Amino acid sequence: MRQSNTYIIVFSLILTVVLGGLLSGVSQVLGPAQKKAVDLDTKKQILGAIPAEKAALQSMTPEQILARYSEVISSVVADYNGNLVTTNEKGEPIVAENVNIEKNYKKPVDQRVFPVFKYSENGEEAYIVPTFGAGLWDAIWGYVAIAPDLETIIGVSFDHKGETPGLGARITTDEVQARYQGKEMYDAQGEFVSIEMVKGENHSDSELGANKVDGMAGATLTANGVNSMLKNYLGYYQSYFDKNVRNANAMTLNNN
Amino acid sequence: MSTETLEAPVVKEKEALLSKRRKKFVTDPLNDDNPVTVQVLGICSALAVTTQMKPTLVMAISVTLVLMFSNLIISLMRNAIPTRVRIIVQLAVVATLVTLVNEVLKAYAYDMYKELSVFIGLIITNCIVMGRLEAFALGNKPYDSMLDGLGSGLGYSWIILAVAFFREIWGSGNVFGYPVFEAIGIENFPTNGLMVSPVGAFVVLGFIIWVQRTKTGYVEH
Repeated sequence: MRQSNTYIIVFSLILTVVLGGLLSGVSQVLGPAQKKAVDLDTKKQILGAIPAEKAALQSMTPEQILARYSEVISSVVADYNGNLVTTNEKGEPIVAENVNIEKNYKKPVDQRVFPVFKYSENGEEAYIVPTFGAGLWDAIWGYVAIAPDLETIIGVSFDHKGETPGLGARITTDEVQARYQGKEMYDAQGEFVSIEMVKGENHSDSELGANKVDGMAGATLTANGVNSMLKNYLGYYQSYFDKNVRNANAMTLNNN
Repeated sequence: MSTETLEAPVVKEKEALLSKRRKKFVTDPLNDDNPVTVQVLGICSALAVTTQMKPTLVMAISVTLVLMFSNLIISLMRNAIPTRVRIIVQLAVVATLVTLVNEVLKAYAYDMYKELSVFIGLIITNCIVMGRLEAFALGNKPYDSMLDGLGSGLGYSWIILAVAFFREIWGSGNVFGYPVFEAIGIENFPTNGLMVSPVGAFVVLGFIIWVQRTKTGYVEH
């Protein structure tokens, strides 16, 4: 009886329904808590792009972080051409914090939306933009805080899915991220060049100049991923900056 | 071996339920029949998650819970499971439990989830879990099976925690993220990059197995 085909099929069916029902039930129950956790994590990363905020984050409770976030950050969403958008193709309102950068990354570049997070606190301002790309093993992403001059990097926060611990995974350390502070994404001629992490470690500041940062020994491929991620995304945001910041300031910084 | 002292209160608490025979289910896998160092199972996760103690502890708890409850559930169902599909049934139960652990971590310990979710998922393929189900739970009563799962889980836990302790203290100078060397006044402790990479886990695990086999006199046949 226990070996008959009918018994096996019925047993498997019951097992599948019970386990499947259990899992979907749990997923329903935990859904809101998970959404909150993801939301908090995103906001932590956005704030973390500002070095002064990052230092304070360590000792803050989740509630304090959320309060701080709504106090100092305001957000807009732009399209590829730099025009502000408020609704998606289905007509639903877009919230910058809920834009899934990874899903957007899979779309053709002119169909993506680009959230911009504006930081302002005691007269200090910054534009924080998300970036996304491929590291050596899996996805890498981050937020870059850009000064109001639209050239200087205030700070970055990077994260990754599966880079090698001790090598590529070092992009999450303060030590590596601090190297980006104060670097510039335009060269002396005013051309957009992004910021490049060089091969090899322990270069002197004079060797590196304003557009390059010191590399990570043994993790050149991850560094290459970071470089193309920054070049792509900082490039995409130029049209937003041109239309909404430079024009608004009646400044003609770019001459193409 | 800290887990042995940890173990004592648990054993005492359930004394009435713990005959000598049952006690052996829990204590055997701690040393003489350790799943990692003697049976050499579950090595992959022992290498992957042990760079720091905090994620290692979460991993140890997760594996122990999955082991206990999959053993319990399979043992409860053991007379109903058709022999020909038993492996698939075991997998389904283990996968469900692992997904539950992962979902709970995602909701309440998101930082740990980010760091560990890949490895939590891989508990499904951890040979210790399937091994105990096949070797024990299918032929024993539920309570005994649960104790067996607890024993194997603790055996796995203390080994990976020991590995993580040495890797974290030599690799980054911390214990549970606390900078011990700075605390005792050594500011420039030379950390060893080898310990942070998986190679370091092999080395530490090798030493643990060496010391253990010297003491127990266990010889591979």
